[in-house]
Amino acid sequence: MPPVISVQDLTKTYVVGEVEVRALRGVSMDVQPGEFVAVTGPSGSGKSTFMHIIGCLDRPTGGTYILDGRDVSKLSKDELALVRNRKIGFVFQGFNLLSRTSALDNVELPLLYQGHAMRKAERHTRAMKALSAVGLNERAHHHPNQLSGGQQQRVAIARALINEPPIILADEPTGNLDTRTSIEVMGIFQRLNQEQGLTILVITHELDIAEYGTRIIGFRDGRIVSDKPVARRRHAEEELAALPAMALDD
Amino acid sequence: MSVLMTFLIALKALNRNKMRTTLTMLGMIIGVGAVITMVALGRGAQQSIEDQIKSAGTNMIIVSAGNWTVGGVRQGQGASSTLTEPDADAIRESISGVQYLAAGVSTRTQVVAGNMNWFTRIQGTDIDIPLIRAWPMASGAFFTPQDVSSSAKVAVLGSVARENLFGPDADPVGQVIRIKNQPFKVIGVMSSKGQAAMGDDQDDQILVPYTTAQRKLMGITYINNITISAASAPQTLRVADDIIALLRVRHKIMPGDPDDFMVRTLEEMASLRSEAVQTMTSLLAAIAGVSLLVGGIGIMNIMLVSVTERTREIGLRLAIGARGRDVLLQFLVEAVVISIVGGLIGIGLGVGLSKGLTSGLAWPTSVSADAIGAAFGFAAITGIFFGFYPARKAAGLDPIEALRYE
Repeated sequence: MPPVISVQDLTKTYVVGEVEVRALRGVSMDVQPGEFVAVTGPSGSGKSTFMHIIGCLDRPTGGTYILDGRDVSKLSKDELALVRNRKIGFVFQGFNLLSRTSALDNVELPLLYQGHAMRKAERHTRAMKALSAVGLNERAHHHPNQLSGGQQQRVAIARALINEPPIILADEPTGNLDTRTSIEVMGIFQRLNQEQGLTILVITHELDIAEYGTRIIGFRDGRIVSDKPVARRRHAEEELAALPAMALDD
Repeated sequence: MSVLMTFLIALKALNRNKMRTTLTMLGMIIGVGAVITMVALGRGAQQSIEDQIKSAGTNMIIVSAGNWTVGGVRQGQGASSTLTEPDADAIRESISGVQYLAAGVSTRTQVVAGNMNWFTRIQGTDIDIPLIRAWPMASGAFFTPQDVSSSAKVAVLGSVARENLFGPDADPVGQVIRIKNQPFKVIGVMSSKGQAAMGDDQDDQILVPYTTAQRKLMGITYINNITISAASAPQTLRVADDIIALLRVRHKIMPGDPDDFMVRTLEEMASLRSEAVQTMTSLLAAIAGVSLLVGGIGIMNIMLVSVTERTREIGLRLAIGARGRDVLLQFLVEAVVISIVGGLIGIGLGVGLSKGLTSGLAWPTSVSADAIGAAFGFAAITGIFFGFYPARKAAGLDPIEALRYE
């Protein structure tokens, strides 16, 4: 089966004033469908630049990037926007939900940009389905300020799922969450990965978060310096069951 | 993405922050409301002038004694004593097309009625004046030819004079008033007429036979003016020219010398006033237009602030698949919706205010469909023009930078 992500000799160079910054210096790797990859590395290692290119938010200076069978390295800005809409589900550290807007409307948002009009009823149905997948269909009409951090991140995950993209890209998804909620969120990722075969890439600098995945890639100085399977994988559901019972607001 | 979708997204965005949207609209509302009201006031004033012309008759000609400069000396109207009764008779007899004619003199003095007194204009005039001015009586009767030939001490009150001497509801016909200490019998009251095209309050005067005014009140033998009504509108200018020629001969004025009188048709006077009103209207509209401009700048400023505040939101939209064009359109539509809705509310405000001024302060206003259409058009254009720069700024944001914005 062909890899869902395939990059070859990827380079990215910025010009800042008179200085050339070589953020990526030749990165080559593949991601197979169904993998759960953690991308780690210190700041300045190039992992963020790498994720931006994988997420089609930026174009490489050199090299190729084939996403889901299509070479996206030289697409125009508008074409990249459509690729982002259809092929990539983003989850951010800061959730990035629209305030004063219901969870349902937040989840629907990508459907408004997917190129052809969709009737309101159908958008509604798909959004409810995505919210159910993360266990939040009872809060469909809540606004973000009525949801806890964990719940907001789950709405963001539902939004990322709405167009049924082949990959989910999560940038420090647990950065703003407490320990227990972090485990819950990683549990959702694991469930989506196992039950639906969704390919997941997570950037994180926390090694314990990285251990929920199947593979860890380490960046340094614009290159991949390590790429190995996770030795002792953590399983979120088991850990949650073992934690002392706390008052839940789910 | 369809325009309808963009519209929906824009409306949702505006709805999310109702307070800010309303405050932004305020500039547009006030600007448009002001323009509509100012233009309505101006048009109303012009309309009332036109109505007065119609009610007074477009055939009216006024001959006044005195001209601006006679013999190198500035005299002003009415200051000369060269206009006489025989002049008036000559005009009536030798010029064709003269339908009605009334000689006039006027002075201002204290008038006493019982224990009330009032300082007003005493207008000496002739029996034709109600016909010339299409001025019906409210009660009583006007003078007779005998009253004029015998210099009778009879008086007809204007409605304001009546109100101040006898109270608003009294009928003073048959009562006696004292003008310059001489008793005059009130024989009638004129109906209300409001302001003349010349600007004086036609209701604040007392009419007496001009002969009485000349001999008993003013001690003069000349007259101040002659009011004439031509037989038909097309003849008016020709009659006026004939009067000028006749008087120049009678007053022995040499060719090349200026007239020692002024002959004006009501239309000329009205058009002078009309021009003044038009200038004033343009000025008011320009000032109101400035406030519209300020409204537009206000929209631009708020949209710029909005773009900055919503940087993360814009970054998110771009990340999940919005193209630059989608973001541009969204913010442009937001600006246009603000300005159009603000414009509509402003139009409603302007129309309501105009109607309120008319019913509350009796200021004439006339709201025209043109003004409303123009105001609406301006509002829309303002939205597009002032919304474009912020929208372009939003569309040009880099999604990565925008997502990182604090």
